Amino acid sequence: MKHLDEYRNAEFCQDLSREIARVAGRREIALMEVCGTHTMAIFQHGIKDFLPPNVNLLSGPGCPVCVTPNAYLDRAVAYSRQDDVLLATFGDMLRVPGSSSSLIEERGRGADVRMVYSPADALELAKSYVHKKVVFLGIGFETTSPSVAAAIVDAHEQGVKNFFVLVGHKILPPALKVLVDDDQLRLHGLICPGHVSAITGCGIYEFLARDHGIACVVSGFEPTDILQSVLMLITQIVQEHIRVQNQYRRVVPDEGNPRARELVEEVFQPKESPWRGLGNIPDSGLVMRSSYMDHDAEANITAQVERTVEHAGCICGLILRGLKTPRDCSLFARSCTPEHPVGACMVSSEGTCAAHFRYGRFSNSA
Amino acid sequence: MCISVPMKVLEIKGQRGIADIGGMSREIDLRLLSQVKVGDYVIVHAGFALQRLDQNEAEETLSLLREVLAHEAPG
Ligand code: SF4
Repeated sequence: MKHLDEYRNAEFCQDLSREIARVAGRREIALMEVCGTHTMAIFQHGIKDFLPPNVNLLSGPGCPVCVTPNAYLDRAVAYSRQDDVLLATFGDMLRVPGSSSSLIEERGRGADVRMVYSPADALELAKSYVHKKVVFLGIGFETTSPSVAAAIVDAHEQGVKNFFVLVGHKILPPALKVLVDDDQLRLHGLICPGHVSAITGCGIYEFLARDHGIACVVSGFEPTDILQSVLMLITQIVQEHIRVQNQYRRVVPDEGNPRARELVEEVFQPKESPWRGLGNIPDSGLVMRSSYMDHDAEANITAQVERTVEHAGCICGLILRGLKTPRDCSLFARSCTPEHPVGACMVSSEGTCAAHFRYGRFSNSA
Repeated sequence: MCISVPMKVLEIKGQRGIADIGGMSREIDLRLLSQVKVGDYVIVHAGFALQRLDQNEAEETLSLLREVLAHEAPG
């Protein structure tokens, strides 16, 4: 692909770093990224080393695996224990600890749990294993819900009656509202998630700039993308000209992808939804519309779900709200590691704890 | 899990396509996009192409960047 080298050009990064320091001056500026892929990229490329100490980058609730609450996992575990169920999931969910077990532990005990790359693969499984109820774990933000909606429409049209989705999809803007309403978190700007925006468009952030004075820049994922976005945010803040800008024009048209949104609309409708760390948020999740209810796991498959307990000592919730960092957790790198995760934020490679564990110790600013 | 990667479209058959990622080819679903052509780069997530990658905009973003950095005070 053309240009990719330039988006990783170390000299550009150094130049951007100097420019960021110059524009920021001595101002204390707090920025947050709300996309797991940004979190990962920021650590991987050591982006924090390019920023002056007065520009603080926080991680928000951008990892879909991390914000999925224990109760959802417990239900998935309960399904996996049923002999007639084949559970299909994105790989990240396998090791997330629920209240007392995880899907990988259940697989060790004989449960039929399969990792899939796409919801379309889960639908194929349903066609091959006609005597099983194939339950796909539908989690993820606006980026993922269109592909799950597509698989549900296909199942419906093709009459694949044994394909079910345990719907745990989330909608980002209501959660962002909760974050910026939190007085403990004084945020100046938001690095907006590029691939969520590829679907939603840039309009969903308008209320943050207009009503909350939060600078917003939709950003790509290469090092120069992130640094350029930081520079754009800081410039907005210093010039007191707060608005929504789009740094990632090569992938995000301002209007997003209306066709994908129509498909999601067709299958799902918004509803209150529970987030780890943020609690129940109105209209922040999706549920199946009645016309597709035949493919809804909860509506069609009963399960003995255990009582949900949270992990003692895990402060994932506060980390997802940007109020604490993994270093504040007494379990971090001691009893909680990627091999033996205590909380969800240590499991997914996009989780803040996992990113700190993997890259943080080699970076002086972590 | 939110990983979305650019892939080059090699073949199109209706709403399905074959795309290349680092020398490996994968089947992808193209129904979320209109007007994809062979040779385009698309951003693929969970087997579905979400957007085209616009090469002109990619160049434009870089020239904006070069412009900003050219104005930067030396040192
Ligand atoms: S380090 Fe582990 S226990 Fe601590 S907050 Fe992160 S995931 Fe939870």
